[in-house]
Order: sequence, then C-alpha cells, then structure tokens
Amino acid sequence: MGLALGLEQAGIPTVPVSTHVFARVAKATALAYGMPTVRNAFVLQPVVGRSVAELRAYIEGVDPVSKRPFMQEVIEGLTRPLSEEDYKGATFERSTPRLLEPDTEDNLQELYIQNRWTDYLPVILPTEERVERMLKGTKLAADKIVGRLRPTAFREYWEFDVEKVAVNAVMAGARPEYLPVILAMAASGTTARSSSTTSFATISIVNGPIRNEIGMNSGIGALGPYNQANATIGRAYGLVSQNVQGGSVPGESYMGSLGNFLNYTACFAEAEERSPWTPFHVDEGFKADESTVSIFFGGWYTQSGYGPRETWKEKFFRCLTATDHFSPPLIVMDPLVARGFAALGMNKRSLIEWCAENAKLPAREYWDDQSIQSVIRPRAVAGVEPYASRLKAAPDELINIFTPNDVKIVVTGGETQAAFKIFGGMYTWRGPGASLTQHAAGRIDEWR
Amino acid sequence: MGGKIKVYDPRGYPPKVVGKRLAPRLESLDGKILYLVDCLFDNSDRFMEQLRLWFAEHMPAVIVRIIKPRESWVEDPEMQAKIVADGHAAITGVGL
Repeated sequence: MGLALGLEQAGIPTVPVSTHVFARVAKATALAYGMPTVRNAFVLQPVVGRSVAELRAYIEGVDPVSKRPFMQEVIEGLTRPLSEEDYKGATFERSTPRLLEPDTEDNLQELYIQNRWTDYLPVILPTEERVERMLKGTKLAADKIVGRLRPTAFREYWEFDVEKVAVNAVMAGARPEYLPVILAMAASGTTARSSSTTSFATISIVNGPIRNEIGMNSGIGALGPYNQANATIGRAYGLVSQNVQGGSVPGESYMGSLGNFLNYTACFAEAEERSPWTPFHVDEGFKADESTVSIFFGGWYTQSGYGPRETWKEKFFRCLTATDHFSPPLIVMDPLVARGFAALGMNKRSLIEWCAENAKLPAREYWDDQSIQSVIRPRAVAGVEPYASRLKAAPDELINIFTPNDVKIVVTGGETQAAFKIFGGMYTWRGPGASLTQHAAGRIDEWR
Repeated sequence: MGGKIKVYDPRGYPPKVVGKRLAPRLESLDGKILYLVDCLFDNSDRFMEQLRLWFAEHMPAVIVRIIKPRESWVEDPEMQAKIVADGHAAITGVGL
C-alpha cells in the first residue's frame, strides 16, 4: 500500500490489490497519507494456500468489496479520468488535546473504553495530580520528545513526549519509580501493538541495578501476575504503544488473526544474582552496573520443558525444531536449569552454539512456512547469508535453522522447579515498521 | 460518583495530513508498460503470474512486466525508480 501511494505521487497510476479483510485498513492508510480516493481492488481472503486455479478464479471473479468484476475495478482504476475529489486529496490537521473536557469519573471511564484507549481491563484515570506525581519519576522535562511509533511499516509515525508516556503509565497502575523503564521501552522504536496478522507481542527483560531498586520479581512466578512492577511496566508499554501510535483497533490498525495473551503484559527481571552465567545485558555489551530493558519482538510460540535431564538434547532438538523458525528462540530458564547445564560443563555460549548447530530441519520443511516465504526467502534470493545457502539445499538436506546470534538465553524463576520455556523472540529485528536506529536494549539510566 | 474531574488525552501527536493528488490516468493501457509488483507475501508470486496471463489472453497489447522488491516490508527505492522511469502504470499486491 505504501509503495502504491508513493508511485501515485510519482505520477504512476497504480491499483493496490489487497484481500477483502484489509478494506478498512486500506481506507484508513490512504486517508492518513492524504490520498483518500486511492483506487484499491480486492480479492477474497486468503491468497495464501490457494491453488493457481483458485487464484485465477479470484481474478476472473467479483471484487468482494465493490461487488463489481475484479478486472473491471483494476482496469478502470488505471484509466478512469480523475474526478474533482481525486485532484484535491485531503489536507487536515489531527491535533489531540492535552486535556479532555471535565466530566465525572464514570463518564470518563466509559469514554476511554469507547475510544479504545484501554486494554479493556480497568485503568486509573490520568488526572493532573496523578500525572504530576508520575512525572516525579524522571528528571526529564514533560515536553521532551521520547520518540515515535507506528503499528506497521506502511502506517505513519506518531510522535510523543515524556508526559504522554507518564499519562499511559498512570493508566496502567505504574508507580513513578517505574517511569524510567517505561520511557526506555517507549523510546525503543518498537511498538508493543504491532498490527501484523501474526499476532506478535513483545517480551521485555530488565537487567541491572534498577531491578532491585524498584522491586521487580525474578523469583517465584517471575513471568506471572505476582509483582506490581513486572505487571504494570509491561502493561504500560502496551498502553503507551497503542495510544501514542494512534490506535490498535481490530480491522483498522490491528490485524492479528488470533491475538496474543502476551499483549496484556510481558515484562520480567533477570535473576542475575542466582545465575551461574553473565547477565543478558552484559552479553550484549553493556556494563553490569548499567540498567537496561531488552525488548524481544515475538511471543508467537511457546515451548516448555524441564531439565537438563538425561535426554535433554533430544528434548531441546524437538523444542527448537518445533518452533516457527522465522522467529528465533528466546530461552528463559530457571536458575536450577542454568546451574544444571553449568554442572554438565556448559556455559551460556556453548549451549547457544549447541542449539544453533543441532537445530536442523529438511530444507523442504524449513521453506514451507508462510513467514519464511514472505520474509526470509526474498533475502535468500538476494544472496544474503545464511539464507542463500539454505535456499540452495536439496529438499531433503538437513539445514541449520538458527545461527548462534539468533539464540538468546535469560535466567529467571523461583527454583521451585527446573523449568524452561522457549518463546519466539526476535531481538535484532523488531517487526515491520520498527525504527532500528537504537540498540535492541534501551539504557534506562538515560531516562531517570 | 461525585464532581467532574480533568484527565489527560493518552494519544500521541499525529502528523499533519497533506493532501496529495492521484496520478493522471491513462486513456488506454494499449502499448503501455504495466508493472505487476509482487509484494513478496506468500503466494503473491502465483497471483501476479495469473494476472500476467490474464493480460496476455485478454489485453495482449499491454506490455506487462512482473517486478519484485528486494525484501518484504522494506522500501526499495531502486525498484520504485525503475517503475517510475520506464513504466506507465502499476498494480501492487497482494497485501498492504
């Protein structure tokens, strides 16, 4: 869609073809671009998995949105003379007020729900007093610009300042001392409300001294609803994302087919003191006394297990090859598991290398994946390694599905069980539309 | 609940939308170069090939070329420049 709009602006009449479930998104995108009369044509959803004959039937059939013959829409879209409206485009300001009209608490709660500014759990209304208190969590000016976010690559960026982050942090139930963490997350350039059809979420991991200063949980139930900081920081990141980027509305700016529980909140601290290995942020080049928040874009799949038991290699092989391999694994393990591997003579690096070396699939299975076809295959065709070599493999040849840089390990948990989980979690590629100007881990200390 | 209270709007700051006009339309596609841009979503290559075949069968006077960006979800200025340089019209798809 973004390409089509750009081509129109460059003087090339263009018809963007989408599936019918994207009709509202297409309209909203065109309007936000100032080109509301873009001549879209639609075919039925899905295109993925349809045979040649079925696709041909789409082309020779009816546009499910306009109810006119599809090819008539396409050809007229390129040849029908422009109307007065086409010539005009649409120029308008979309300012958002700083404060809303005063009203009762009940009415304002209802307004927030009607405007889709919540996650449909109760929110704390951001009054002047509460926001002022929240802003005491940072020395930065309320009007300092933090960054800009958008739900995906073809949508426009919206900008936001410290005050907007504080407003959403209040709504989430966060305390002022959590604000620097939330600011670092918001500044990451990664939205926690991606509009991808793949129902992505973000998983955020806090390292360094601030974990203990604000009382984050890296013990029993670290990934669960048992700590105010873990719960509200993750929730605040989601609310900030959806509101400062201009929404996360199903059918308009959110297209995840299944949705994702992790979108409610997914934030925890690493159990640095109880891990036999270096903390995650140190692995990534930060100093141990720096506080960071690392954002993993994913949450698409979860594998679980215990260990390391006698057959841990078989278990890890099954877990790793059962992942949707376009999304590399973030392995979250209890300190008992980490110490178990250490007792086997493995360190974090050697375990990562074992995973990358042994997680193999027949090339045919590797390439028969929707996201691998859409995202990885073009890179392979363009000669980017290691994908290009994987593409050259014969269908039954076993190929490595991850590189050591893809695999990340973080230690957390309460040592009540030697448990691990493997989440889909992309660390360096953070989704369509992400601004990748910053390191994937944000320095929290800059936002204190 | 009691009296009225003042609360903040949680939304960010949207950019101003500046109207842009559509490109002038063609009187006819005959003899013109029409680019079919395969956006690289799964199976869109098959769709574009069928679209190419449709033009070959029903509107053979149109010069149809299939073109692909280097990656999904990433702008490809070189491809766009090529379409603008020697194309007369385009169809993009399938996807947003």
